[in-house]
Amino acid sequence: MTDPVLSIRDLCVEIPTRTGVVKPVDGVSYDIAKGEILGVVGESGAGKSMAGNAIIGLLNRPAHISGGEIWLNGHRIDTLKGDRVRRLRGKEIGMVFQDPLTSLNPLLSIGDQLAETMMTHLPISRAEAHNRAIAALKEVGIPGAAERIGSYPHEFSGGMRQRVVIALALCAEPSLVIADEPTTALDVSVQAQIISLLKQLCRERGTAIMLITHDMGVIAEAADRVAVMYAGRLAELGPVRDVLTQPQHPYTHGLMASTPLAAQKQRRLHQIPGAMPRLDQMPEGCAFHPRCPHAQEKCRHAPLPATATAGGRAACWFPLLAEAAQ
Amino acid sequence: MLAFIIRRIGQSILVLLIVGLVAFSMFRFVGDPIDNMLGQERTIEDVERLRSQLGLDQPFPVQYFRFLQGAAQGNFGVSYRQGRPVSEIIRERAPATLELAAVSGIFAIVFGIALGVMTAIRRNGVAANAIMATSLIGVSLPTFLIGILLIYLFSVELGWLPSFGRGETVRLGDWWTTGFLTESGLKALILPAITLGLYQMTLIMRLVRSEMLDVLRQDYIRFAHARGLKGRVINFRHALKNTMVPVVTVIGLQLGAIIAFAIITETVFQWPGVGLLFINAIQFVDIPVMAAYLMLISVMFVGINLIVDILYIFIDPRLRADRSGAH
Repeated sequence: MTDPVLSIRDLCVEIPTRTGVVKPVDGVSYDIAKGEILGVVGESGAGKSMAGNAIIGLLNRPAHISGGEIWLNGHRIDTLKGDRVRRLRGKEIGMVFQDPLTSLNPLLSIGDQLAETMMTHLPISRAEAHNRAIAALKEVGIPGAAERIGSYPHEFSGGMRQRVVIALALCAEPSLVIADEPTTALDVSVQAQIISLLKQLCRERGTAIMLITHDMGVIAEAADRVAVMYAGRLAELGPVRDVLTQPQHPYTHGLMASTPLAAQKQRRLHQIPGAMPRLDQMPEGCAFHPRCPHAQEKCRHAPLPATATAGGRAACWFPLLAEAAQ
Repeated sequence: MLAFIIRRIGQSILVLLIVGLVAFSMFRFVGDPIDNMLGQERTIEDVERLRSQLGLDQPFPVQYFRFLQGAAQGNFGVSYRQGRPVSEIIRERAPATLELAAVSGIFAIVFGIALGVMTAIRRNGVAANAIMATSLIGVSLPTFLIGILLIYLFSVELGWLPSFGRGETVRLGDWWTTGFLTESGLKALILPAITLGLYQMTLIMRLVRSEMLDVLRQDYIRFAHARGLKGRVINFRHALKNTMVPVVTVIGLQLGAIIAFAIITETVFQWPGVGLLFINAIQFVDIPVMAAYLMLISVMFVGINLIVDILYIFIDPRLRADRSGAH
């Protein structure tokens, strides 16, 4: 296997607050290979987006990276400062946000926004940027791209705007795209189109994708591997089929059991009892143990095992074995 | 677009007619101009003769109608006090006020926007906080007090700048006189321009700042950062432009206010403009001058608002499509 595009090791993000320091991301490690789609799932507040923002260097103060390393194409990027981080954004790492209705500047035509992004990162003339902008819009499936290049965001539907956002994220040909809930704000019928578009474009270019979502359906459809996050920590990491069909971490298992399936008629959806702990009230030991049906004495005190040591994919002292997980 | 402008001009004319009507109905309470025009030794006959000569014996709708008739032809009548055509007097005085208003307007807009952007971008900086604190003074002190304080400091104590008048002026063309071309004219402009523009500047600054802070939190600014655009481009091309619709609205109103409220500044600095003319006209119940001044100010207000409305369309593409259907 070749070197991964993105490699994060023990990434920690801290936010100092009045009552103490909280860690929304706590010791997360994973790699994404060229052309691979890594799905990152978890509840709201699990630290998925925070990790994405840390990678692209867009943490809002006072949040900051407090430990670990981020490597992109063999270069360490978490130590870069100022203008060098900016040049990375858009050029090496593209980002797609959740809400296409608010991601685009309402006062600039989409052509202008595409051209300014390309001209920031590539040594091209305005005329060439214009032509490339049309090509980029064509690629993301905007009908009549040449005529619509001068249109403003409000003249597009939500799905079309998300296509424009994807064109913007990919226009400087980054090697990694961080898609932060790219389909959450869209109609279900449009979601599938956007996901398959993202998949197709990245396969063509060999772009790695970090797909952040809380939608298991999107993960099942798009991702090659999946990272399950819980309370800022990685709960489970592995190939998507294995994780979804044979979850080893009790949290993943609970998450899967609480995903509605149209094929099966369920009387009542499974619920994981309790709620994710607040970041300033993290329990000792495994963060999930208060809600875990399999928790034992060891889980309450011993620090969490690293993923690998548990003999499987899950960061759990007692991973569910294949037969135990139904 | 054209239909929109034509309709707005129609609305503007209606506004002007109403302003004139209100003004005329109020003039009757200001006093009787005849008292000032004739001396102590007047007879009843003199009074009646002058009254009918000026048309003041007519009911006020008739007076108003006659005024409109004249005004439409550019004839605002003859000043009761000076005995000269009002249009001539105003033409003589207007350059002083317009130059003063232009300088303070530019001062207010340039510094207001620049400081507003600066305090928004570095909102936790020492300089930004100092400017914000100082700006409270600009908002809360009355204009005449600022004028007097400036005169005290720069004219009386330091002796750098003149405390009244317009300095030397140069005649340009038929009737325009300018203070821009002489040293004393420029010096004389500084204090009144700051006095007149300070309030507007702080107002624009505080508005730009709060709008900027709001815009900087928007998703498209985050996305612009994520696209790797330069900070300068994001702040000015993306953020500042998005603050412009409310800011232009307020700037438009404030420009009108600068011209209209030049009265106070002109009084403090004895600036020979139309504001001072108006104050003197009120004391003398010089109805033609008051009427012409009020109409002039309303024309400016209405005109500026029309320009602001047209500017919206240039700034915000979302207003272009169905503009003719709005209002």
